[in-house]
Amino acid sequence: MTTLEARAPGRRESRPFQYRKVLMSVANHAVAIAVALCFLLPFAICVLTAVMTQSQAGTGALWPRHWSWRNFGDVFSAMPFARDLWNTVLYAGLSTIGVLLSSIPVAYALSRLTWKGREVMFMVVLATMMIPAQVTSLPLYVIFSKLGWVNSLRPLIIPSFFGDAFSIFLLRQFFLTIPQEMTEAARCDGANDWRILTRIVVPMARPAIAAVGLFAFLYAWNDFYNPLLYTGNSTNSQTLAVGLTTLAKSAHQNAYQLQMAASLIFLAPVLLLFFFAQKVFVEGVTLTGVKG
Amino acid sequence: MTSVATRPVAPARGGVVAAHRRRASRTPWWVVVAFLSPFLVGLALFVVYPVFATLYYSFTNYQAGSYLPTQWVGFRNYRDLFTQSTVFWEAVRNTLWMVIIMVPLQTLWAIFTAVILTRIKRGAVVYRTIFFLPAMVPIVATALAFIVMLNPVGPLNSLLGHVGITGPGWFSDAAWAKPSLVLMALWTVGNVMILFLAAMLDVPTTLYEAADIDGASAWQKFWHITLPGISPVIFFSLLTGMIYTFQYFTEAFVASGSANPVLSSNQSIGYPQDSLLFYTTEIYRQGFQYFKTGYASAMAWLLFVVIFICTVIFIRGSKRWVYYAGATR
Repeated sequence: MTTLEARAPGRRESRPFQYRKVLMSVANHAVAIAVALCFLLPFAICVLTAVMTQSQAGTGALWPRHWSWRNFGDVFSAMPFARDLWNTVLYAGLSTIGVLLSSIPVAYALSRLTWKGREVMFMVVLATMMIPAQVTSLPLYVIFSKLGWVNSLRPLIIPSFFGDAFSIFLLRQFFLTIPQEMTEAARCDGANDWRILTRIVVPMARPAIAAVGLFAFLYAWNDFYNPLLYTGNSTNSQTLAVGLTTLAKSAHQNAYQLQMAASLIFLAPVLLLFFFAQKVFVEGVTLTGVKG
Repeated sequence: MTSVATRPVAPARGGVVAAHRRRASRTPWWVVVAFLSPFLVGLALFVVYPVFATLYYSFTNYQAGSYLPTQWVGFRNYRDLFTQSTVFWEAVRNTLWMVIIMVPLQTLWAIFTAVILTRIKRGAVVYRTIFFLPAMVPIVATALAFIVMLNPVGPLNSLLGHVGITGPGWFSDAAWAKPSLVLMALWTVGNVMILFLAAMLDVPTTLYEAADIDGASAWQKFWHITLPGISPVIFFSLLTGMIYTFQYFTEAFVASGSANPVLSSNQSIGYPQDSLLFYTTEIYRQGFQYFKTGYASAMAWLLFVVIFICTVIFIRGSKRWVYYAGATR
């Protein structure tokens, strides 16, 4: 704000107008700062509570009396944190690989191949996104329990190897923007479609594939409903999203500081991903294509 | 061209070009099937079969895991929903409350925050990151953090106490539990906000310059230029928000479960006093706790039909107020 005020006199504008401009800018920043504080408040409370002692957490205290950093270590003994973390990594990692491997060829068929019924099939892909998870999960639960997959990570990971509608949609949107000439040239040189996909389209679509992979990873990392259904009663296959909610219910009831410390560790990889892949992410969001 | 451009989906530029060129070479069907195969198998196994199986279950008294024989009961499950269950109507009321109140509020808040970002010249990146960041936080972590923050004797109420306001019971008070969830939704507005921001920056500046010459006020410019320019995003935000909120589950399940001081998450669905009992949490309870699979299937199918009808009505109605630049009328 000070820099703005320092800069303003340098302009050759009539005084009242300049004065108004500075005032306007101050007002804008005041509103922005107020809103930013609202957005930061839950983060601040979460971090501060995470380092409070058991006797202080949840009492309405705003500042920790003793900085109890050991809470972050205690989390690992208060709940099977390491095991849950490993399961979450497995679920997110393997399902991301599955989504990418299975969705890329489908998106290719829906964008770069010419065949009758292509647009109809695309509509089918979009339509599957509309079906509520509740409608499909009742029979799927029956199937998975008959296969003996309930209480393992299999019901979470294996379906991702059969194409994900949202990822197919995003990849198709991007594949369509690759100039036809690029692939036509290769086709004239005798390359088949698999070769064109792996040697030309995939390398050119790297930003979109990164965004789709990021979304798939975050989806699985944050997923609560499916892990609750399939691993909610499991002792070995629970993921962190479900594990965190049981921490509050175990012997450590009202241990707000442990809940917050565990939430922060759960959140950290997501924030790291965000800061390192911010550009990929924003591109991906705009790729959803509502600005048309 | 026009039919493509009027759709809410981005115009398929490459596709249009390809169609105009009329490439003679059609891909052989077996190549197409090979490329599509993951999706076709997934569609059959994880979408088509379950959808129809649920429909079938909904006409039976099927109980998953039970040894009792399954009987065809016709429309009894549906009749029971409407006539015998007060809990069902409570869930419907709560869900509609969220759709009607939370979704528009979230859209308004997204527009407001995006407008703030367009008016900032210096430090815009910092503000944008701060506004967006909460959208990255996993829902479970968000819910837990809000329960801690909104604890009746917790930090926010103690802050409010400093300025002389007696804070409510938030997640422990039936009247305040849903507004607390709305607060959570406003906090995680980032994704929608980014879309609004992109749309606002896309509005041609020449329009604003012309309006300046005509002496338009800031409010007139927003109402007559910005708003039509971002109307496709408003449409998108309301539509996806509506579909999401009809299926609202995780936030409510975690909030009820973790705000309840005694019972486990599974036992405290709807806490406090069924104020957070939503349609999907009720399906979960009926289907996966009581294992009344047939009854829960009827609920699920009803939800599917309602979402479908609402979506169609909303898309039809939107043609009157959504403006797509480049579309001929």
